[in-house]
Amino acid sequence: MAYKRQIDRLPIVPKDAKEFNVTCHYCIVGCGYKAYTWPTNKQGGTAADQNKFGTDLSKQQGAETEAWYSPSMYNIVRQNGNDVHIVIKPDKDCVVNSGLGSVRGARMAEMSYSQQRNTQLQRLTDPMVWRYGQMQPTGWDDALDLVARVTVAVINDMGEDGLFVSAFDHGGAGGGYENTWGTGKLYFGAMKVKNIRIHNRPAYNSEVHATRDMGVGELNNCYEDAELADTIVAVGTNALETQTNYFLNHWVPNLRGTSVDKKKAEFGSEPVERGKIVIVDPRRTVTVNACEVEAGKDNVMHLAINSGTDLALFNAWLTYIAGKGWTDKAFIDASTKNFDKAVAANKVSLEDAAKLTGLTVDQIQKSAEWIAQPKAGNARRRTMFAYEKGLIWGNDNYRTNGALVNVALATGNIGRPGGGCVRMGGHQEGYSRPSDAHVGRPAAYVDKLLISGKGGVHHIWGCDHYKTTLNAFKFKQAYKKRTDMVKDAMMSVPYGDRTAMVNAIVGAIKKGGLFAVDVDIVPTKIGEACHVWLPAATSGEANLTSMNGERRMRLTEKYMDPPGQAMPDSLIAARIANNMERVLREQGKGQYADKFKGFDWKTEEDAFMDGYHGHEAGGEFVTYERLRAMGTNGFQEPATDFKDGKIVGTKRLFADGKFKSKDGKATFMETQWRGLQAPGKEDERKKWPFLVNNGRANITWQNAYLDQDNEFVMDRMPYPYIQMNPDDMSELKLKQGDLVEVYNENGSTQAMVYPTPTAKRKQTFMLFANPNGVQGNVVSPGVNEFVIPNYKQTWGNIRKLADAPEGVKHLSFKSLDYTA
Amino acid sequence: MSHCDKMVDAGRRRFLGGAGFAAAGAAVATMVPVQAKAAPGAARVDYPSNRLANISDLKPNEPVTVAYPDTDAPGVLLKLGKRVPGGVGADGDIVGFSTTCPHKGFPLNYNAGDKTLNCPGHYSRFDCESGGQQVWGHATQNLPQYALRVDDKGDIYAEGVDELLYGRLSNVL
Repeated sequence: MAYKRQIDRLPIVPKDAKEFNVTCHYCIVGCGYKAYTWPTNKQGGTAADQNKFGTDLSKQQGAETEAWYSPSMYNIVRQNGNDVHIVIKPDKDCVVNSGLGSVRGARMAEMSYSQQRNTQLQRLTDPMVWRYGQMQPTGWDDALDLVARVTVAVINDMGEDGLFVSAFDHGGAGGGYENTWGTGKLYFGAMKVKNIRIHNRPAYNSEVHATRDMGVGELNNCYEDAELADTIVAVGTNALETQTNYFLNHWVPNLRGTSVDKKKAEFGSEPVERGKIVIVDPRRTVTVNACEVEAGKDNVMHLAINSGTDLALFNAWLTYIAGKGWTDKAFIDASTKNFDKAVAANKVSLEDAAKLTGLTVDQIQKSAEWIAQPKAGNARRRTMFAYEKGLIWGNDNYRTNGALVNVALATGNIGRPGGGCVRMGGHQEGYSRPSDAHVGRPAAYVDKLLISGKGGVHHIWGCDHYKTTLNAFKFKQAYKKRTDMVKDAMMSVPYGDRTAMVNAIVGAIKKGGLFAVDVDIVPTKIGEACHVWLPAATSGEANLTSMNGERRMRLTEKYMDPPGQAMPDSLIAARIANNMERVLREQGKGQYADKFKGFDWKTEEDAFMDGYHGHEAGGEFVTYERLRAMGTNGFQEPATDFKDGKIVGTKRLFADGKFKSKDGKATFMETQWRGLQAPGKEDERKKWPFLVNNGRANITWQNAYLDQDNEFVMDRMPYPYIQMNPDDMSELKLKQGDLVEVYNENGSTQAMVYPTPTAKRKQTFMLFANPNGVQGNVVSPGVNEFVIPNYKQTWGNIRKLADAPEGVKHLSFKSLDYTA
Repeated sequence: MSHCDKMVDAGRRRFLGGAGFAAAGAAVATMVPVQAKAAPGAARVDYPSNRLANISDLKPNEPVTVAYPDTDAPGVLLKLGKRVPGGVGADGDIVGFSTTCPHKGFPLNYNAGDKTLNCPGHYSRFDCESGGQQVWGHATQNLPQYALRVDDKGDIYAEGVDELLYGRLSNVL
C-alpha cells in the first residue's frame, strides 16, 4: 500500500499570521513561496474574515486555488524559542512559478526540523567530535579550537597546500551569497588555498568554461524568452523533472500556443505561431512526452543521438546554417569575431554527422531549419538554446559547450527577446568570493590528490563526495583508510588533553592520515569518515540570498530557528577564521594572524554587506531591507540603480550587443570533433555491454540529503532506479524491482530495476547520487582538459543481486509518461 | 467536468454527517472570548457512510463516477479484476479514489489501458492498483483512496478517505 498520511484536516492560517518571503531552496528555478506562522494555541476559521486568504473555506475551492495547502506544506517549528504553526505554500504573485509548487518545493515545511512533529530529526544540532571511538556532542569553542589547532599545525608543516577544501559554490540551501562569501573570504582572502573543489566535481572550475571564454555569460536570458521563442532547442536537459516550474510555467504556454498574444504584443507584425522544440537527448524522457502532448508530434523533434555525440551535431548545424546563409550577418559583423575561422575549422558534412550521431541526414537538416530558416518576410527565427547536465557532464564538455554557443551566436540569438543560450542550472546561483586566480587552470584534480595521499586536513562544506563524485568507489576506499588512521590515533590519547590530542593527530597525518572536518546540516556519508562535524543552519533558519536561472535575486527571510546550536555557514567560516587568528597569535605568528582579521560578523547580514553589497557588480544598490520590499519577485541581476523605492535590474544580458571581453566582442570557437575525449572512455564503451546513462528524477532533490528522511519520497524511491528495456531484462532474467549490481572496472553499485519500454536496448538510465546506490561508483576517473568529469558516458554490466526486497514490493512500476 | 453526468444520485447519500459539527467546532474554538467555555472538538472529522453503488453496477475496468464525501468531491469506483491494496468485495478488487489531482486540483482521467488516473494539467499520474501511488508527478501526496465497505446486499459504502482532498482544509466541509 502506498504511503498515506491519514490527515483529514489542517489548521487554518489565521488572518493575522506572520508572512515571510521564501524562495524555494532546492533547484535553480527558485519558485516563490510564502511562509505563514502563528502561535500554536491559535487557529484561523473558515469564515472569510477569519483566515489569511479572505476566503470562505467551508466551501470546496477550485483548481489552482490560493486558499489550499497540502499536509506537506504544514508543520510545527520553533521560532524565537516558541513553537509555532507554519505553512509554506507557493506564491501566486511570483512571476517565476505563478503559484505552482513542485514535488520538491511543496515539501519545504515537511522537510523542516520539527521535534514537535518528528520531521528531519536527522539534522545536526551540536558540533560533534570523534571521542572515545564515536561521534560525540561538544560545544562550538571546543570543536573550533580543535579544528583551528590541527589546521594551523598542518599549514605550519605543509603550507596552505596541505589544507584541502571541498565547498559548495552555489545558491539556495547549502549555499547563497552570504555563505560563498564567508567560505571564500576564509580560503581565498585570508588564505590562498588552491587544493579546493566544488560539491559535484573534483576541481575548482567552471562547468561552462567555454561559453565564458567566448564572452557569453551562461545565464543570459530571462524565463519569458521561453514563451517568446519560435523554437526552443533543449540539449541534455530533462526540464520537466529538473527545472519543473520553469518548464510548466514558461515552456508549456509556448508549446500550447497560449503565449502567441504575448509574442504579437512584443514583435508587432513579425509572423508568430505556436513554438516548436528540438530535444537532443539519447533517452526519451518525460519532457519529450509532455512536449508532444502539448505541441503535437509535428512540433517536437526528439533527436535521440548516440550518447556523447552532441558536438558532431552542433558542428553540422553550424555548417549547414552557414552554408544556407541563414546567419545573422549584421550581428556577426558588429558583435563577434572569428566566425569564418570557426566555420572552416568545424566543417562537417551532414552525412558524416549522421554517421556519428546515429541520426538521419534529414533529421539534422530539418532541425537546422527549425533553428535558423528565416520566417515569412525573411524575418529572423528566434531560437532559444538551453542545455544542462547532458552536455555539461557529457563528452568533451569544453568544445561541446562552445559548439552550441557558436550556433546561437551565428543565428543572432543572444541578448534578443525569444533567444538566449543558457544553461538550465542545477542549484540556484549565489557566488560571491575574492578572486580564485591563484587556483590556476587547469585547477588541481583534488580527488586524485586525496587518493594519492596528499594533504593533511580536509574542510568539507555541504559536499558529500561519497555520493556525488566520479571514481567514488576508489575514492571511498582511500579516504576511509586515511581518515581511519587519524581516528585510531585520536583513540590513543585522552580527549581532554588538547596538546596530546593535536600531537597524536599530526603524528597520524605525517604517516599519511587525513583529518577531516565536515560542515553540513545532516550527517552525511563522507561524514562517517570525518573527525569533526559542524552543524549548519539552512535556508529559512537564517536569512539567505541567491539568484535563479534568469538571475532573479531574492531574499529568503528567516522564519524559524536553526536546530540546536546550528549556525549559518558564513558565521561558521568567520568563527574558524577567528580561532585560527587566535591560535596563530598564540604561536607568535602575528603577521599571518593579521590575514584572518575582518571576520567579526555577528549576523549573516554582516557577511552579506561585506560580500555581495561591498564587492559584487551592482551590489551597492542591494540591501536586505530593499530585497525584503522586492518580495518574491526580487530583481534580475545585475542591479543598475535604486529608484522610486525599487532595485532596478537587467532583464537580459548583452542586449546592447556588447559581450564580456576586452573588445566587447563574442568569439566563435574552433570545436573539432575528437571522439570520446576523456581517457579510457572509448575502451570502456567497447568493453562493456550497457550504457549506464544517469541523472535526476523529479521526486528527489540532489543527493537526497533531506529526502532520505522523508516518508513520501522513500516510499516511492527506496532505491535508485535503473531504467531498462524489458527485452534486456528478460535476457538477464530480471523482474521489476529486482536489485541488481551495476559494475565495471571502476567499481560497482546497486540499483532497482524499473522496466522502461521506451529505453533503447542496452541503454540504461540510473538515478544519480542516491544514498542507497551511488552511480559515481562506476564512473571512471577520466576528465577533460579542465578537470570536468564525464558522468554520462559510462558503460558497464548488470547482474542480479536479489529479488525485490520487502520495501519495494508495494511500488508501482508503470510508465512514467502521462497518458491522455 | 465530464464526470458530472455519471455522478450517482445525490439523494442516496447522507451528506455532511459530522461536517456541520466539525466546522462549527473549529470556528467556535477560535472566536470565543477568553472566559467562555471551550467547545469540545473531535480529533478527526466524522466521515459519512455513503452508498456509492452496488457491486452489480460495476463492470471490470469500467470507471463509475461517484462523489464522496459530498457532491463537490468527485471520485471514481473501479473493479480492477485483481486483488489490490485497499480493495473490497469478494475478489478484493474494488477500489475508490478521489479524481481531483492533489497537485493543483485538475480532474483526473482514467486510462483503462494501464489502470492509472492521469492529470491533463501537469502530467501527474496515479496507479489505481497500488493504492493511488503517484507513478510520476508533482503532488506531494499519493491519491486519496476511499475506505470502502460492502454490505450483504452488495451495496458499496465509502466511509473515509486516507489523505487530505485538494481544495479543502477539512475532508468533510
